[in-house]
Amino acid sequence: MSVLTPPRSAQSQPPSGRNARSASGARENFSAWANRHRKWLFAAPAMIFVGVLIIFPLAWTLYLSLTDSQGSVRAASEFVGLENYLTVLSDVERFWPAVGRTLSFTGVALVCEVVLGMCIALLLWRPFRGEKWVRVAILLPLVATPVAVGMMWRLIFDPNIGFVNQLLGMVGIPPQPWLSGQDTALGTTIFMDVWQWTPMVVLILLAGLTSLSEEPDEAARMDGANAFQRFFFITLPLMMPTVIVAILLRGIDALKTFDILYATKGKGGGSFHEVETLNVYAYGLSFDYNQYGLSSAVLILFFMIIIGSMWLLTMRKKAVSK
Amino acid sequence: MKRRSIVQYAAVAAALSLGLTACGGASGSSDAKAAGTVRVTLANHVWTEGIKAAIPEFEKSSGLKVELTQLGEDQLSDQYNVKLNAGSDEIDVMMYRPLQEGKAFAKNGYLADLTSKVSSDSGWDWKDYQEGPVKATTADGKVVGVPIITEREVLYYRKDLLKAAGLEVPKTMEELEAAAKAIKASSPDTAGFVARTGKSAAVTQFSSFLYSFGGDFTDASGKSAVNSEEAKKAYAFYGGLIKNYGPANVSTDMSWPEAMAIFTQGKAAFYTEADSLYKNATDPAKSKVADTVGFAALPAGPAGSKPYNIPSWGLAVNEASGNQDNAWKFIQWATSKERTLAAQKAGVPGPRSSVWADPAGTSTYPKDLAEAISTSAKNGVGHDRPEVVTVGKAREIVGGPIVATITGEDASAAADTAHDAFQKFLDSEKK
Repeated sequence: MSVLTPPRSAQSQPPSGRNARSASGARENFSAWANRHRKWLFAAPAMIFVGVLIIFPLAWTLYLSLTDSQGSVRAASEFVGLENYLTVLSDVERFWPAVGRTLSFTGVALVCEVVLGMCIALLLWRPFRGEKWVRVAILLPLVATPVAVGMMWRLIFDPNIGFVNQLLGMVGIPPQPWLSGQDTALGTTIFMDVWQWTPMVVLILLAGLTSLSEEPDEAARMDGANAFQRFFFITLPLMMPTVIVAILLRGIDALKTFDILYATKGKGGGSFHEVETLNVYAYGLSFDYNQYGLSSAVLILFFMIIIGSMWLLTMRKKAVSK
Repeated sequence: MKRRSIVQYAAVAAALSLGLTACGGASGSSDAKAAGTVRVTLANHVWTEGIKAAIPEFEKSSGLKVELTQLGEDQLSDQYNVKLNAGSDEIDVMMYRPLQEGKAFAKNGYLADLTSKVSSDSGWDWKDYQEGPVKATTADGKVVGVPIITEREVLYYRKDLLKAAGLEVPKTMEELEAAAKAIKASSPDTAGFVARTGKSAAVTQFSSFLYSFGGDFTDASGKSAVNSEEAKKAYAFYGGLIKNYGPANVSTDMSWPEAMAIFTQGKAAFYTEADSLYKNATDPAKSKVADTVGFAALPAGPAGSKPYNIPSWGLAVNEASGNQDNAWKFIQWATSKERTLAAQKAGVPGPRSSVWADPAGTSTYPKDLAEAISTSAKNGVGHDRPEVVTVGKAREIVGGPIVATITGEDASAAADTAHDAFQKFLDSEKK
């Protein structure tokens, strides 16, 4: 503090001239102003950050979605109003199937991850021998890069030289198309997502479980409730807020999934767009077709879907917390 | 005391955030120019490996420093899309695909005009470049790139399997089908034929079949021709070969790495692919069948043997770069006769006539491959995909019937569907 604060003697020294007086006056004024607005001043860097990195890109995307921008974003483009939205919303070939895939990918992956995550978290809840090692093993998929995960599974699921089909061959089961099949590809990518992200759900649920108070459970035990009854009537209701947090966090991520899909099936989500979600579709529109207007419209609609579903979940969480 | 400190803390915070922004923007072209640095972005390719090893030579002789960024094909495209779109001057020299991105880049004004530069140095000799590649790197009469790698589609085959089955190397498409059938029948574990199957990826290799059957993607007036009788036959033939004689459980997402892997694992007898990838098949470190691979010109269809003969990669200068003279110096060196010969000896077919005429230029090639290349260079077609601005979308449309046929649908109906979509696409590009 003493370094930052001038000695009192310096402050009380008479100003040596008109300039000095006005300068010190201005400084006093600024200082007073800064103190009055200090909550804004301190928040300013964060606000600039949010403005530059979140609000500006969003606003720019919104603007682009109302133009016929294509080829280059610097090229002249015309304002076309809601035309892009109409084009996108009436597109039953790529857009609506992509919406369907996005929602089913997220829905199925979430259910699997939460159910599996809850089972694993319950297993890890009570201390046991070798617990540390088991925890490390369970967390391993979480630290791997999604693109690398995609590449790895792509090799494992290769129809001709992949490990899984060779393993199946050993027990006499004919090779399956996994990632290359039109009907099986989406399911296979969901499996990869579950493999990679269940650990995160386990982490969240385990944190919730360990913070639960033991008393209701003990009381129920005294009353003769069995393990299932205690789980469904005591633990699960108490865990609901944590479960919803897990669903919320994982849900946003699953909706946005891109890397696993792109690494395994490439542009367009495969030859039949079999794993093309909204994200992959918008990416293709931007980077392969250079149709920035259309792509932006898809992204804005996607953004609204995300906001909408998150709003619903938050409402649910509030209701549960009450 | 407290009041003062708030102002000072705030000032530090503001200065810091401004400072960070300033750092981000500081790597402008003026600095690079002053320091004599050329920023070069290249794709992962055998050609790049050769140039990378030789860069110290260039740095020594020119006094310039080279800052190299190396990326995979798709990442490279995305990088250009973002940086060139933003008008960034952070790239000086760029390796690009003239047939894939050339038209779009030229239309958007991303590529600097090199016309006066290419004709300024007679020793470097622009006239030495083959006509097809030059056409592909010229836009609206202006030279916007220098081709570095050329490609033709050839037939890769397994000598041992053919010998065991008592078959000759197929000269026509019918012979190819018969041979593939015979091999698949005699050993069900080995595919008779393999090639790319991905909707977009297969288009370039399918194109040679299309031309050899007498078709093309568009007709002379620029209208869609993907449902012509010839095209329908070509779709049915290419898709049928893979469906009937291809690997079991064939995936419809194969690009060259996957198809090449099946061939080099010894699981297929015939494979049609770009000649520039031959090292993958003849290098014992990568291929189980390195000793028994043979090469031949693409078998002749009803219209003869008409493979594509194209420049797959070129070098260009970013229009927004403030360092264009140094960028040109790099290109001039990287595409010189000596460097082209060295690259060609390392297995990269180049675009210079003099290097092809020089026996040293083909000395390292398998004899049958060199012959196949010289035949293909004569009767080759100068494009391997629709010549449009949004090539990505066009490839997906005209590639549709390929995958449809592989999965057992009717080629003719799929071609009609593709025709409507392609014509609509062509109309939208004209607007």
